[in-house]
Amino acid sequence: MALTGLFLCTFLLVHLIGNLQLFKADGGMAFNVYAVFMTTNPLIKFTSYGLYAIIIFHAFWGLYLVSENKKARPVAYAMVDGKANSQWTSRWMGVLGTIILAFIVMHMAGFWAKYKFGEVPYVQYERNIVDGSMTYGPSAPIESKKEQFVSAETGMEYTIVKDLYTEVAVAFKEWWIVLLYVLAMAAVSFHLVHGFSSAFQTLGVHHSKYNGLIKFVGIWVFGIIVPILFAAMPVYFFIQ
Amino acid sequence: MKITLKVWRQKNTNTSGQFETYKLDHVSEDMSFLEMFDVLNEQLINEGKEPVVFDHDCREGICGMCSMYINGRPHGPKHGVTTCQLHMRSFKDGDIIVVEPWRAAAFPVLKDLSVDRSSFDRIMSAGGFVSVNAGNAQDANNLPIGKEIADEAFMSAACIGCGACVAACKNASAMLFVSAKVSQLALLPQGQPEAKRRAIAMVNQMDAEGFGACTNTGACSAECPKEISLSNIARLNREYLSASFTAQVD
Repeated sequence: MALTGLFLCTFLLVHLIGNLQLFKADGGMAFNVYAVFMTTNPLIKFTSYGLYAIIIFHAFWGLYLVSENKKARPVAYAMVDGKANSQWTSRWMGVLGTIILAFIVMHMAGFWAKYKFGEVPYVQYERNIVDGSMTYGPSAPIESKKEQFVSAETGMEYTIVKDLYTEVAVAFKEWWIVLLYVLAMAAVSFHLVHGFSSAFQTLGVHHSKYNGLIKFVGIWVFGIIVPILFAAMPVYFFIQ
Repeated sequence: MKITLKVWRQKNTNTSGQFETYKLDHVSEDMSFLEMFDVLNEQLINEGKEPVVFDHDCREGICGMCSMYINGRPHGPKHGVTTCQLHMRSFKDGDIIVVEPWRAAAFPVLKDLSVDRSSFDRIMSAGGFVSVNAGNAQDANNLPIGKEIADEAFMSAACIGCGACVAACKNASAMLFVSAKVSQLALLPQGQPEAKRRAIAMVNQMDAEGFGACTNTGACSAECPKEISLSNIARLNREYLSASFTAQVD
């Protein structure tokens, strides 16, 4: 759980940095081009299959361990004062993880599956290569995933890609989708506040010199900054 | 003080138990929790009822026999004390106190509040020792051991094996106990020749006994009457991980 968990933490960072391009005011060109790169680059493709396998392993091995651990106490206590000796996040990892798993399924069905197998309209960006000014509008579907060329006649650079950006922007106009995303990011936050430092403890990394740093990164980076930036994306499109 | 007790009564391992409610009208706040149970048992005997069975021995907080789960916490509400060192002044007049046995598949209830903790003995027999006779105490400077290391080993050796860690853990994991017993030897030169074999054997026995896995909630250390640190669990993880990769196969 520790190794796969830490791998998933690094994935979150990469996913976050890539998706921050949603905030770029360029009609979604940077994000759409990035989406093509992420679905065509062979190294990324190879890593992504590993990622899916690790998500499935982490989730189902975790659920298996929860059920095994339940067997270790067949008769439950009548009264348990859990808050007296531990953080609630550490006791609810299985539930938080299940919420996150349900979210991942919904999230992938909404965007990943639609992008790969569904009907996503194309967009054409026209950028003036002299002054950098840009216009964009709908385009007819193309054979490949991306076409990019420069026309000497018009002095324009043309980019035609699938418009995932608009799919995202439209989805995040629905209040209930935004709410689900924000709640799921809260679950990610609570899961990682315990999970990140717990992974180091499981791997035997416990040292007075580094415990503070591990705890700090677990709480501030993975518990606060990463989930807030992710949650800011749906909120940004909703209030726009 | 007037105290109402809800006590788990169970005839033997094979029957299921239930709570019985008892009222005590003259409890002194200077009594220890176990002395209050002595009073309860005298009252029960006078009424011609069967007294409550509970484990106890030294009543000085050092033997690790007492094992009551009081109001949802092993050894009750105080930090760093065993049940015998818990006094009734920690409760209020009129309180209702719920008392259960340690609950874990590896600690079957023998009767009432007494559980069988021989699974801990079997873990110790699997490797919690130094095989050769270490001889008499050597001259102090013969084996140089840093003060911090000696202190750490001593802190680990403070474990009295009461099982509060298992009782507190939501997974009924014995990691704090096993890690303290592995650490007290792994930290010192006398324990190092057998360190790898010991870590593997004790962890395997722990799993075989049916204890749960560690999810690092920290409840064990928070409830430990000897305040054994979570650093022991990290050390056990290190010892076990490296032993798994490098131990010689017999």
